[in-house]
Amino acid sequence: MQELKNRIKQLMEENVAQRALGWKKGEFGYDAQAAFFESTDELDDFVYNGFCGANLSKYMIEACKKEGRTIICLKPCDTYSFNQLLKEHRIQREKAYIIGVGCKGTLDISKIKANGIEGIVDIEGADMFSSENLLKIKTVYGDHELAYSDALLERCNCCKGKEHMIFDEIIGESADTVSADRFEQIEKIEQLTSIEKFEFFRNELSKCIRCNACRNACPACNCRKCVFDSDKFDSAQKANSDSFEEKMFHIIRAFHVAGRCTDCGECSRVCPQNIPLHLFNRKFIKDINMLYGDFSAGSNCEENCPLTSYSFDDAEPGKI
Amino acid sequence: MKKINLNKLKELFAYISEKSSLFLPIESANSINFGMYDEKAKVRLDVLKTSKSPKDLFFPQSETLYSCQSAKGKISIEPQALQNDEFVVFGMKNCDFAALEILDKVFLSEPVDTFYKARRDNATIVTLACARPSESCFCKAYGIDCAQGAGDVSAWIIGEYFYWCANTQKGVALLEKTAHLFEDADEADVESAKAQIRDIVAKMPLMSLDLKNWGKGKTAEKFDSPLWDELYKPCLACGTCTFVCPTCQCYDIKDYKAGEKVVRYRCWDSCMYSDFTMMAHGNNRTSQMQRFRQRFMHKLVYFPDNNDGVFSCTGCGRCVDKCPASLNIVKVIKAFDKEA
Amino acid sequence: MSECTCHKDYKLDTLVPQIGVITDITDETPDVKTFKVQALGGGKLFEHMPGQCAMLCVPGISEAMFSITSSPTNKEYQEFSIKKCGSLTNYLHEMNVGDQIAVRGPYGNHFPVEDELLSKDLLFIAGGIGLAPLRSVINYVLDNREKYGKVDILYGSRSKQDLVKLQEIETVWKNAKDVDVHLTIDNPQDDWDGHVGFVPSYLEELAFSNDRTVLVCGPPVMIKFVLQSLKKMGFSDDKIYTTFELRMKCGIGKCGRCNIGSKYVCKDGPVFRNDEIEELPNEY
Repeated sequence: MQELKNRIKQLMEENVAQRALGWKKGEFGYDAQAAFFESTDELDDFVYNGFCGANLSKYMIEACKKEGRTIICLKPCDTYSFNQLLKEHRIQREKAYIIGVGCKGTLDISKIKANGIEGIVDIEGADMFSSENLLKIKTVYGDHELAYSDALLERCNCCKGKEHMIFDEIIGESADTVSADRFEQIEKIEQLTSIEKFEFFRNELSKCIRCNACRNACPACNCRKCVFDSDKFDSAQKANSDSFEEKMFHIIRAFHVAGRCTDCGECSRVCPQNIPLHLFNRKFIKDINMLYGDFSAGSNCEENCPLTSYSFDDAEPGKI
Repeated sequence: MKKINLNKLKELFAYISEKSSLFLPIESANSINFGMYDEKAKVRLDVLKTSKSPKDLFFPQSETLYSCQSAKGKISIEPQALQNDEFVVFGMKNCDFAALEILDKVFLSEPVDTFYKARRDNATIVTLACARPSESCFCKAYGIDCAQGAGDVSAWIIGEYFYWCANTQKGVALLEKTAHLFEDADEADVESAKAQIRDIVAKMPLMSLDLKNWGKGKTAEKFDSPLWDELYKPCLACGTCTFVCPTCQCYDIKDYKAGEKVVRYRCWDSCMYSDFTMMAHGNNRTSQMQRFRQRFMHKLVYFPDNNDGVFSCTGCGRCVDKCPASLNIVKVIKAFDKEA
Repeated sequence: MSECTCHKDYKLDTLVPQIGVITDITDETPDVKTFKVQALGGGKLFEHMPGQCAMLCVPGISEAMFSITSSPTNKEYQEFSIKKCGSLTNYLHEMNVGDQIAVRGPYGNHFPVEDELLSKDLLFIAGGIGLAPLRSVINYVLDNREKYGKVDILYGSRSKQDLVKLQEIETVWKNAKDVDVHLTIDNPQDDWDGHVGFVPSYLEELAFSNDRTVLVCGPPVMIKFVLQSLKKMGFSDDKIYTTFELRMKCGIGKCGRCNIGSKYVCKDGPVFRNDEIEELPNEY
């Protein structure tokens, strides 16, 4: 991490960029937050470890409104979102200096807590650039140890890959974290009867509190004004006047990001009610792959999305 | 002081739920929230914090105020019936109970919100002391003792036993109704459990949070601070903090067209949302910085201004646990402390 | 601790409206109409004080806060002067005499007609539809004429056609004892031989003595410049009152959006004295 910090400092001192977009340490070692570092002094609080799950690409929209260039730290999967934002002209390439940061998987604090680990005061071993696979967790109730690889976010267990899709330079190595098939759960749900499917989603979505964290964290949800925020629209963004609305919100959102969703997994990571929202998006990805051939949104800036382009070979409705 | 073996709690729940609705922490689809008890419910009294606070038992996320019909220039209005049945809330934590007393200051002050009041009047609340507080808790900063009971009945889980004692007439009534299931207990057991909890509380990192720089009359000092401009930046402008918060009570009033009828309902709103302050004259908080500032100024300055210094936060720590950007009231308080 | 309450006799919640009926509609200007509203059985829906507001609601359209423009001394009805400027007000303008409307209120504080304003020389300054809340006070003062000192009314609008309640101004106010009315319009027009110019400059021209108690209401930009002029003329902030009646939603200080610092416009306002406004944080 020190190497990364030093490099950012150097880039700022050399005026390559005016500020940096990275992560800042929190209270307990696991609650790092996204942060703009406007001066090199502020870099004292800079941190990069397994708890830096937040995908910073979307903050680049704000960074582009500022004077000068911004150093942005992107993990391999974050670069897909960055590319996608570039493609949609929501950010400008020349406003960013991209440091592709190595990643050995991001950590899921709720998974750690699910092991009955409470009262956490410090966590050691979350460093991204160390090859050690052990988290040492200090709590008020006693100390615990847990394998790093056992505490990964679901998205990291089916990681898209170690490669950065866009960068100016790369610092640190990335590790293989794949331990599950990305579409396994989708296939399981596909096997369900329509009643069972409905029941599954009804159960999950009935937990939704309409906080909009999924939408606001999602790099693909970058409309200047969301239709759900309009007072002219019959459906309020903040409450369900009937139980259909919570489903409608998520279904509309899934359709809207279809073909643009890079499967970054932020929606599920931020959901305060632990709704596996990524399943919707992943189903679309699976279907797009099946109908149009393998496609990975954000893998580059040039390729057309199958859903926004037309060819004579396109799948026809009802003829799959 | 009475006690019951933990393995007989199911009997207690069945007995209470026969007479009235019973709400308690229930696990469903990987999330634990207050829900209505039935035989199949997966009760999770062991869990410290429900995802959402139990405020929605008194102030639901959406509730109908009235429905009305209009035709040919004539209107008829059918007010929504008030909660008329008694119900029991079991296992509320002290921070959440304290939060209810904060909501009381809003909804029970004139003009009284009758929808809320009816629910308050009909509820019997059993609070449960926190056996294992977490690092995100800071109730003590607001003078709340999570070892001590509150509400109508105070309860503790100690070893194999569930202990309780009544604090109010409603509590006495509940204890009398269920007396046959309980045996007499030694007060000393509870006292030593309380001492243990307080020992743990003393070690928790946020419990010593200092609020001396906040409270009544601090508007001029805090409002124009350049710190807000720094602090708000990671904020995603979602409503998670406000919706999981036990004291956030802002609401909107909206219409829902149901065939011929128009249903006017009230729903939670969030000061974090861009259209929150959209009113007839326009919007008086147009930037996310202003909205972010409003939330914390309201909890730490404006509310105390209007309520004898009482903060509109009880340190439940849900915002600490749930904010997708890891921002929270603690970070705000500490950032200002550092500045001072 | 809450004690057992067995009583179930709750009052009807204040968020549930009453039904009123529109008994008269007057076209004031091309885009302002005044609606008389009465209870279904006749008479007023509620008692109010000058400066208070009420929420008018058309089911399925919307609801919004409007100042009550009639004086409480009127025992028969309440009046609302409403400018057409959105979906609700457009709808209201299409309504007919005899149509029903849902009303809740009254909300907010009021101008201190029974304490601070008593026996004072009063200066009313209004722009456009901003006359609506002040008209309630003016008529209250005229109906209790002996309780107040001299009255001056400075009222301006874009054009002659945009002056609200012109007939009442000409026939009642201008003829009232110790009342001077000063009208102005923004631009000259053929059938107007009165003053032409903006309200703030006319105010300075009229050179009122600065011991007057002033009540101001109008568009924000007019208020801003009027306050500057008053300051220049030596009026002290604790003698200037204004109203923020458009900045509210629930009306009862609970929904949480209309606050400016610790003050809720709907509960602690809409009427504020300028020295109180000066103490509010700059978020309005």
